[in-house]
Amino acid sequence: MKRNIALMGIVLLLMVYAFLSNRGAEFEGADAQAETVIEEIRPDYQPWFEPLWEPPSSEIESLLFALQAALGSGFICYYLGYTIGRKKAVEQSR
Amino acid sequence: MTLSFGMHIMEGFLPLGWAVAWFGLMLPFLYLSIVRARRLIADNPRALLLLAFAGAFTFVLSALKLPSVTGSCSHPTGMALGAILFGPTAMVLIGLIVLFFQALLLAHGGLTTIGANVVSMAVVGPFVAYGLYALLKKTRLPHWVAVLSGAAVGSLATYVVTALQLALAFSGGAEGFYAAFIKFSGIFAVTQVPIAIVEGILTVLVLDLLWAYNRNEVESLKDLRTGGEQA
Repeated sequence: MKRNIALMGIVLLLMVYAFLSNRGAEFEGADAQAETVIEEIRPDYQPWFEPLWEPPSSEIESLLFALQAALGSGFICYYLGYTIGRKKAVEQSR
Repeated sequence: MTLSFGMHIMEGFLPLGWAVAWFGLMLPFLYLSIVRARRLIADNPRALLLLAFAGAFTFVLSALKLPSVTGSCSHPTGMALGAILFGPTAMVLIGLIVLFFQALLLAHGGLTTIGANVVSMAVVGPFVAYGLYALLKKTRLPHWVAVLSGAAVGSLATYVVTALQLALAFSGGAEGFYAAFIKFSGIFAVTQVPIAIVEGILTVLVLDLLWAYNRNEVESLKDLRTGGEQA
């Protein structure tokens, strides 16, 4: 348990450090930076396919990402809750 | 494309030949993955729930864009948990589903680049993660160290491969392969270092919970994976 709390502390530190060591940075996605490099080394390259659909705004995009995370964590918590309950029930019936 | 905050190869950003080649390379692994998943569920119907659990973990983690020391963002892949539970081949199918969803609904990654992205995230990542985990498990190191290292290095390997894929495709221009690889690595792999550590830690924490409440089922999977005699 102590170990896990320490590990969670490390996660927090890593995230905070990323912000503190980069004040004023844009924190854009790594793929956006890759596009810049591609334009640099192959200025003639034209993407030959466009996404079929793009979220109309960054609000909608974050909605979809939040939905993705919510669905995933919803199932994770359901499953963990189920196993916790099942374990208790098995122990009580002994 | 300006909206996308992703770290997979963007839609249309691999020349056709490379897109097809990576897609072709994905296919045999996808086949193995489907065989593996069917066998898992046939042998033990309860494994379906755990398989879904591993998928859900990947779903959550790939939605978390985390800030990195490079001043840009990337996200964990969540592939290691399932690779450790089921063996690496099981994750190809799950990775494909997640990447497909993100390409279609979020303009993140892409349909034309899905082969390349599956190979980096759902083939190389899980194989490296599982390989290192299995190797370290044989040493005297605590189990959680093996899990953490496997997950972190697997996550990092994914983005080294992404950099490699882009360098291979784009090195014909102003710069040679090596210079291009260094540039793309600087973007993808270096950004991923702290995030890979976070991924390793999250994998340890979740595996710990599974272990604490569901030890029998997790262990029965391990038996299945090594041949199933004890199961």
